[in-house]
Amino acid sequence: MTDLLNVEQLTLRYHGKPAFEGVTLAIPQGGITALVGPSGCGKTSFLTCLNRLTDLIPGAVMSGSIRLGGIEASNTTVDVISLRRRVGMIFQKPNPFPLSIRKNLEFPLREHGMRDRGEIDGTIEKALRDVGLWDEVKDRLSAPAMSLSGGQQQRLSIARALALKPEILLMDEPCSALDPISSGVVEDLIKRLRPRYTMVIVTHNLAQARRIADRVAVFWVQDGAGRLIEQGETAQVFERPRDPLTAAYVSGSRG
Amino acid sequence: MASAAARDRAATIVMWSVAAGITAVFVWLLGDLLWHGVGRVSWDFLVSLPKNAGREGGLSSVLVATVLILLVCMVASIPLGVATAVLLAEFSGEGLFARLVRRSLDVLAGVPSIVFGLFGNAFFCKALGMGFSILSGGLTLACMVLPIFIRATEEGLRAAPNEYRLGAAALGISRVSTLFRLLLPAAVPGLMVGFILGLGRAIAETAALIFTSGYVDRMPESLLDSGRALTVHIYDLSMNVPGGDRSAYGSALVLIVMLLGINSAAWGIARRWQSRSLLRV
Amino acid sequence: MSRSRADGILVYGLRGAAAISGAIALLIGLFLVLESLPVLRGVGPLRFFSDASWHPSENLYNLVPMLWGTLFAMAGAVLVATPLGILSAVFCQYYAPASIARVYRSLIELLAGIPSVVYGLWGLMVLVPLIGAVRPPGPSLLAGVIVLAILILPTIALSADAAFRNVPSEYARGAAALGISRWGTVRHVIFPAAKSGLFTGVILETGRAIGETMAILMVCGNQVQTPRSLFDPVRTLTANIALEMAYAMGSHRSALFVSGLILLLLIVALVSAAEWISRGRIYG
Repeated sequence: MTDLLNVEQLTLRYHGKPAFEGVTLAIPQGGITALVGPSGCGKTSFLTCLNRLTDLIPGAVMSGSIRLGGIEASNTTVDVISLRRRVGMIFQKPNPFPLSIRKNLEFPLREHGMRDRGEIDGTIEKALRDVGLWDEVKDRLSAPAMSLSGGQQQRLSIARALALKPEILLMDEPCSALDPISSGVVEDLIKRLRPRYTMVIVTHNLAQARRIADRVAVFWVQDGAGRLIEQGETAQVFERPRDPLTAAYVSGSRG
Repeated sequence: MASAAARDRAATIVMWSVAAGITAVFVWLLGDLLWHGVGRVSWDFLVSLPKNAGREGGLSSVLVATVLILLVCMVASIPLGVATAVLLAEFSGEGLFARLVRRSLDVLAGVPSIVFGLFGNAFFCKALGMGFSILSGGLTLACMVLPIFIRATEEGLRAAPNEYRLGAAALGISRVSTLFRLLLPAAVPGLMVGFILGLGRAIAETAALIFTSGYVDRMPESLLDSGRALTVHIYDLSMNVPGGDRSAYGSALVLIVMLLGINSAAWGIARRWQSRSLLRV
Repeated sequence: MSRSRADGILVYGLRGAAAISGAIALLIGLFLVLESLPVLRGVGPLRFFSDASWHPSENLYNLVPMLWGTLFAMAGAVLVATPLGILSAVFCQYYAPASIARVYRSLIELLAGIPSVVYGLWGLMVLVPLIGAVRPPGPSLLAGVIVLAILILPTIALSADAAFRNVPSEYARGAAALGISRWGTVRHVIFPAAKSGLFTGVILETGRAIGETMAILMVCGNQVQTPRSLFDPVRTLTANIALEMAYAMGSHRSALFVSGLILLLLIVALVSAAEWISRGRIYG
């Protein structure tokens, strides 16, 4: 398995204060990598660096290297717009646009150059089928996306990202803002997407990480900044952790 | 020694008296306006030209001039105002440039209307050579309503949830598209409020127009013609034209009705737009 | 054109627009100064305060009586409107039942939108004859104060209303729980909490009073004299400009721009003093 994403010595500071420091992580092609750790240790901040969303946050300064395929994503000259097509992101709180269901999916497609009506409709249908929403919404694609339930909105957000055919999907606690049933549905969806997409998921839920992830990366706050203290296959991290903090965290005695 | 209870009772009486008094003044004012003005207003009054220095005839040339001045004002101030507000709200709103612009706008908001009139006269009429014209008057008013418009649009943009911006960016959508397809539509209520406030201010303005758009009550034929706004007409009739009182009252009534009409129409549109945007396709 | 490039061009365009917007205030100052220069250089600034009277045709440029007119009218209006406006807002927030409060608030908002010429018209047709019946001639400082007070009342009332709405409701509830009377709550809890909002409202209405032209012009009588009683006709700086600008030429016109400059400086001084005072309060 070749590595799709290579992060080396990545550091992020907000107005000088480090959110995390010196993170080196390799994300292999295919499979799910879970980022775990107590709150405040930089997992979400780390994720926002990967698609350069930090550009939109005032005071955020990133240093280090992010290599996606052959491209150095941390370079200021890189075209962030095409980077963000290749790296999709799902947010903790579902954020459909105040448009119809169809327009939510059509808008990004048109932005990235798709023009043919038939191709657009086909892509929309496929994306909605992939997330299991097609049968639920196929008769009301013109209805406002805001009229969907929380779980449906999150699946719509995922469909919206999938429609762009990203190489890697970043998910920031995709289930934590949902009720238990919707949460289960979205988790099942993530498991179904596994063979076809590379995913990086931030989660607080250790049980969830254990259920769905192939690899786990553990973050912890040390010396005032978030750090990556352990990474490896899920089974190894949970059953034979190398770092004592990891052992304490996964056993529930700390964090 | 008055007890707290007695003071409380007295205060309550004072409150209601103040409210009643102010209401009474308002009723007196509007009543007076209606009483003296309603007899003068008629369809003929609205569509015929002023005659005999305005003592007879109607308001047509004045209404046309007023509408033209307002159009110039809005066409000049709305794009400029929206663009400035977008810059302040969405792009480097905290930098030095933005802070200077904001300061300047705060000052602009406090300038008295007569000073705008002086400026308009010196800048638009004299320096730019537009003379007494509808163009000069409209542009002067545009300067005056600009801060109102910018402030309201900025608020409208700030009201758009940040999730839209982040979500759109994460999908690789350009800032131009995010702005035009998501943020500005979401900011429309704020824009409408600004538009209503600005329009109301512009219609009510007199001092800035007297020596920029002119005094002549002929029907204007181009934007470079001088034209008399409704407010200026009221002023002239009441102060300079003996026997012009009735026409002054009639014109004032028309002005108030126009203001009320614009206000309710605009609020209606704003409310309809808001409910539509929630169901937007 | 790539989308990133379009974004870049957009920012430049927006900056240009913002620069134009920001430049207007500077232009105003610049042109006022430019137009004032001829008379300031020819006649000198001191004579605006020391000449015998205001008679530009005879080369006399004393602005002081009109300055007094402006200041007295402003002071009188603010003194009358402030308590009435604040009490109006208190009425709306704390004394009136919801339906009446709604109506009353709409009334005040309507009053805020009435053009000053209309106030002037009413003042001229109704108030001035009334005052004239009590003490001739009628057009007077008193008429100006009354009309101006009515005109600026909505400003202070709406500012106060907003300030009261921003006071957390826990304050009033806490006071009620302690058995404090309604007026006691308003006076000792709400007013201090709303202090800065009320202060801002007073500054706003004062600025409005200084800058008002039409209504004052129509009811004050426009005699250039320092008023010695409320019933004396006066002329304010604003009214002076409005009356004479139409036919003023040369030094006369330039002198009017000087009075405009003085007005501008008055407003700037007012706002600066307000900012300085409220900053002191925030830190102190």
